[in-house]
Amino acid sequence: MKKALAALIRHPSGRIGLFIVGLYLIIAIMGAVGLTPHNPLQQFMLDRLKPPSGNFWMGTDLLGRDTMSRLMMGIGQSMVIAFASVAFATIAGTVIGLLAAWWGSLWDGILMRLMDVLLAFPAILLALLIIAIVGPGTATSIAAIGIVYTPIFARVVRGPALSLKRRDFVDAARTFGSAQSYVLTRHLLLNLVAPLAVQVTLALAWALLTEAGLSFLGLGTQPPTPSLGLMLSESKNLMTQAPWLMIFPALTIMLGILGFNLAGDALRDILDPRTQRREA
Amino acid sequence: MTSGVGKRASNLMNYVAQRLLTFPLILLGVSVLVFVSIRLIPGDAITAMLGTEAGMMTPAQRQALAAYFGIDQPVWSQYMRWLGGLFHGDLGISSIYGKPVLTVILERFPLTLQMALMSMVIALAIGVPLGVLAATRNERPSDLVVRVFAMLGQSTPSFVIGVLIIYVLSVYFGMVPAMGTFTPITVDFWASMGQLIFPAITLGFAFAASVTRIARSAMLDVLSDDYIRTARSKGASSISVVWHHALPNALIPVVTLSGVEFGYLLGGAVIVEQIFALPGLGRLTLDAITQRDYALVQGSVLFIAFNFLVVNLLVDLAYVALDPRIRLGGR
Amino acid sequence: MTPLLSVRDLRVGFGRDPGANEVVRGVSFELEPGQTLAIVGESGSGKSVTALSVNRLVDFGGGRITGGSILFQNADGTMIDVTAADEKALRHVRGRDIGMIFQEPMTSLNPVHTIGAQIEEAFRLNRGLAGAAAKQAALDVLERVRIPDAKSRLGYYPHQLSGGMRQRIMIAMALAASPRLLIADEPTTALDVTVQAQIMALLAELRAETGMAMIFITHDIGLVAGIADRIMVMQHGVAVEQDETSVVLDHPRHEYTKHLLRAVPHFSAGKAAREDGKRAGGGEPVVRVEDLVVRFPVGKGFFAPKAAVHAVDGVSFDLLPGETLGIVGESGSGKSTTARAILDLVSRQRGEIAAKVGHSKRPIQMVFQDPFASLNPRLNVEALLAEPAIANGQRKDGALRQRMRFLLDRVGLPEDALERFPHQFSGGQRQRLCIARALMLNPDVVVLDEAVSALDVSVQAKVLDLLIDLQREFGLAYLFISHDMAVVERISHRIAVMFAGQIVEIGDARAILSDPQHSYTRRLIAAVPAVERRNQHFAVDMTQVPSLVRPAGYEPPPALWREAGADHLVREEAP
Repeated sequence: MKKALAALIRHPSGRIGLFIVGLYLIIAIMGAVGLTPHNPLQQFMLDRLKPPSGNFWMGTDLLGRDTMSRLMMGIGQSMVIAFASVAFATIAGTVIGLLAAWWGSLWDGILMRLMDVLLAFPAILLALLIIAIVGPGTATSIAAIGIVYTPIFARVVRGPALSLKRRDFVDAARTFGSAQSYVLTRHLLLNLVAPLAVQVTLALAWALLTEAGLSFLGLGTQPPTPSLGLMLSESKNLMTQAPWLMIFPALTIMLGILGFNLAGDALRDILDPRTQRREA
Repeated sequence: MTSGVGKRASNLMNYVAQRLLTFPLILLGVSVLVFVSIRLIPGDAITAMLGTEAGMMTPAQRQALAAYFGIDQPVWSQYMRWLGGLFHGDLGISSIYGKPVLTVILERFPLTLQMALMSMVIALAIGVPLGVLAATRNERPSDLVVRVFAMLGQSTPSFVIGVLIIYVLSVYFGMVPAMGTFTPITVDFWASMGQLIFPAITLGFAFAASVTRIARSAMLDVLSDDYIRTARSKGASSISVVWHHALPNALIPVVTLSGVEFGYLLGGAVIVEQIFALPGLGRLTLDAITQRDYALVQGSVLFIAFNFLVVNLLVDLAYVALDPRIRLGGR
Repeated sequence: MTPLLSVRDLRVGFGRDPGANEVVRGVSFELEPGQTLAIVGESGSGKSVTALSVNRLVDFGGGRITGGSILFQNADGTMIDVTAADEKALRHVRGRDIGMIFQEPMTSLNPVHTIGAQIEEAFRLNRGLAGAAAKQAALDVLERVRIPDAKSRLGYYPHQLSGGMRQRIMIAMALAASPRLLIADEPTTALDVTVQAQIMALLAELRAETGMAMIFITHDIGLVAGIADRIMVMQHGVAVEQDETSVVLDHPRHEYTKHLLRAVPHFSAGKAAREDGKRAGGGEPVVRVEDLVVRFPVGKGFFAPKAAVHAVDGVSFDLLPGETLGIVGESGSGKSTTARAILDLVSRQRGEIAAKVGHSKRPIQMVFQDPFASLNPRLNVEALLAEPAIANGQRKDGALRQRMRFLLDRVGLPEDALERFPHQFSGGQRQRLCIARALMLNPDVVVLDEAVSALDVSVQAKVLDLLIDLQREFGLAYLFISHDMAVVERISHRIAVMFAGQIVEIGDARAILSDPQHSYTRRLIAAVPAVERRNQHFAVDMTQVPSLVRPAGYEPPPALWREAGADHLVREEAP
């Protein structure tokens, strides 16, 4: 773990990704504990639609709220949803994928066809359906995004788990009579940590993207709580008068996704057995 | 060693047969899931359908309306009836449009199909050459430029690109992209293409970035394979090595990715349709969900899943065409 | 006579700083037209890199020539320095002047093009042939490399052919331009020994027909004895000895050459068979295998299986304490499946495996072929060695650690190895680890499935010695599965020869190796390369292995055995 982090810092684009992710986490915490330039919900009636200035670094919106403070809080909101939904998908997907691979035959067929059913829905529509059932909100977004990405994790785990299952060290374990739980955790799961770490990082990027998309459609985080997608969506009708309302949320979303993508890619470079073999 | 034509044919038949067998199973799963989940949406369908008018109806009228749409029955019997209708091509009546569901869907589908095709063409036309170029110039400046493009493309949500395109067009070119209307390609080819070009670029950008990345990494893998060294030992030129020996072997991941993306695009691009106010399949489904048009949600989700599966089957058949090992069986 | 090829002080490096990371460090040699040079060495000796430098293919593998010159004589008699030539000139050299064949015939042909297209391409590039002319030329060259039914094979894809066939296709492709030099980089290492003999005989014939020169790279000094004019021995990037073949083989001067010739296992027709621990009649077997049958259904899934691969078909043998039974056979003979069935890693259709429970609940343990794949890379040595003990209810206490240290010491690994991870060990050390792990449960029988096949030849010799020592110390019985006759000869007391899922000959090692009775055993032994037999010549034998796929319900006829000696049984062959 420590070694992977050190390698990530040494990796040129991994360093950038790690820096962005770190920055966003700090901003998210600052937003959560109220360390924002202004109250994100406060309406400065005299300063409506002001361009960036010394007081309002990123300008204000139609209701006179500070864009920067709102973005900081929005980042926090996005991060909570992204991390929680990816945690859900990782755990559920890993368990399903691992068991499908280990049990094989009939169970494999049933579990993976179920995953296929979920995959046959476009992600946004599946999320929409879930939101329609339970109503929009933070918890709904987490559940919706989590369920959407569960089959992807199940597939990511199942493939390597199947090939690990056929490896000689698993056969060796069988000749000693090792317990199933030992084989599943030590021989399969432990060797899946590397591909999972890559997938988790990249999934965080998609989760940010999906969350922003849902709130852009007005189905994610509900006003007045600020969220990045909603801010961008609201800016659409004001883009000629107040382009800052569009530019800053757009850049914030892009940069965040970019950070996770860069970190995930670098992790893949570092943990890829093929590049490792080349070094050996 | 493979022996005999019969065995090869049965290999391929097995493969297709297995695919075709799971096909209806998955559709059945999708339809059950939709059928149940849409009925879990709180609130009563008649109210959602008619809005304030519903308040003015007598219980008898509501009962009659529910019976008309078949939603007065228990869920499972509704499902059986719906399933029965399915075999006759009857997906029920849309409560929003008052027309057969299939008719409504088929009105919206041409736009979605055309937009998906246009973005795929854009993505492949940009992505494959860029990916190949980057792989052959591994770690050199042009590779880095391509990787930065791909990384940015992958990190930019479609709605950011869509909004930016509209902004740039309106502020710098003083034009507003055509919105809200769609001319079928059969009526006016150029008008139709013009209306969809910006939405297609919006969708194609991230798509192109993914194609670039996958083409690059597949090419990098293939270029280090033994048979590439063999081709070089025969004295083949670099161009022949890249395009004739390597690319056909690197296409499978590209086809897989393009197939999955295209399959999803056929399900409608909700966000882009929303930005450009296009009457596509995505918004149709979105509206159907928010307005509790049970029959329409069921019909369109099933239609989307069906398309997705068909595209996946086509991708499998593409493997068969691309890779003789799959086509002819054997090891 | 001007040499065809003259290499002077060649240096080749890899990585970002090739000068500091040299794999070939100042190699010089010359090659006359029509001559064959064998470059012999173990992995990491720089032999392949040297050869790949001659046509500069090394550039594409990340290598850089950092010094020296490679002069190659053009067809018109002028010389070209390959190290300084541009890409266009190199393409000319690669295709027309220097043909090349590689180690891995399975991966060296492009899977998406037919073999006809691939051979025709060679003719088009180097002889300017196109269309029907190219096709005819491809057909001719396929016949020259003895591909049966060449016309229809042109339309085949590589995966439809066996390894030996593919290597012949590679040779055909290399011959397309009538090169004046053929570089063969371990061309038979991935092939079965009888196929190897076919390819070697073919290369010798073609060389005589065309008069081309050849550079033959191998780790097996016995293999080139019959084909090379000169031998160059390489170690750590340096040529330690080079001279005429007879001089190198009969009067080696360098220590390393002597080591390769003497310490490394070479087949000697039973003379090197073990004298110790022979079967003294009677005794209770530790394992008895009776009529073992393993079949895999073909065409599973949608349609009911219509046929089955008869991987193991009625195998019986027994194993006494302290003795080694070597099971030899080629790929597909069922020898590994037999081993896996004994440990219940594949399920058997029928047959009985009776093991006498001695010191341990699990009296049979196994060591696998690939030491990289049989150790979980994420666990350290302590966890790896503890696993069998924990699986059988022991606790990880002082006594267990004591046993781990004891076994590590016995297999020749340092005590501090416990904290380390598999990737920190070499292949030979990993295999020692696997042996130590197999001994953790104090077994009576160890199944060694190609346990030394993945190791370098000199490491092989050391691991074999270790195995023999351990056998004596712990009274172990070994079931030693291998395709390599030289290795089997060194460790076995008894030998079973497997062919197509059945044992065709079984008995005393020396008796079988010196006086083989079954026609397959004879063919197998004749195919083994040996320094001593280098002046014998063999005809190109094109016998193919029969298919093991049988219709459902097929049962082979019962085996009839003939006694050929005291402990020597031979299966009767169908007339």
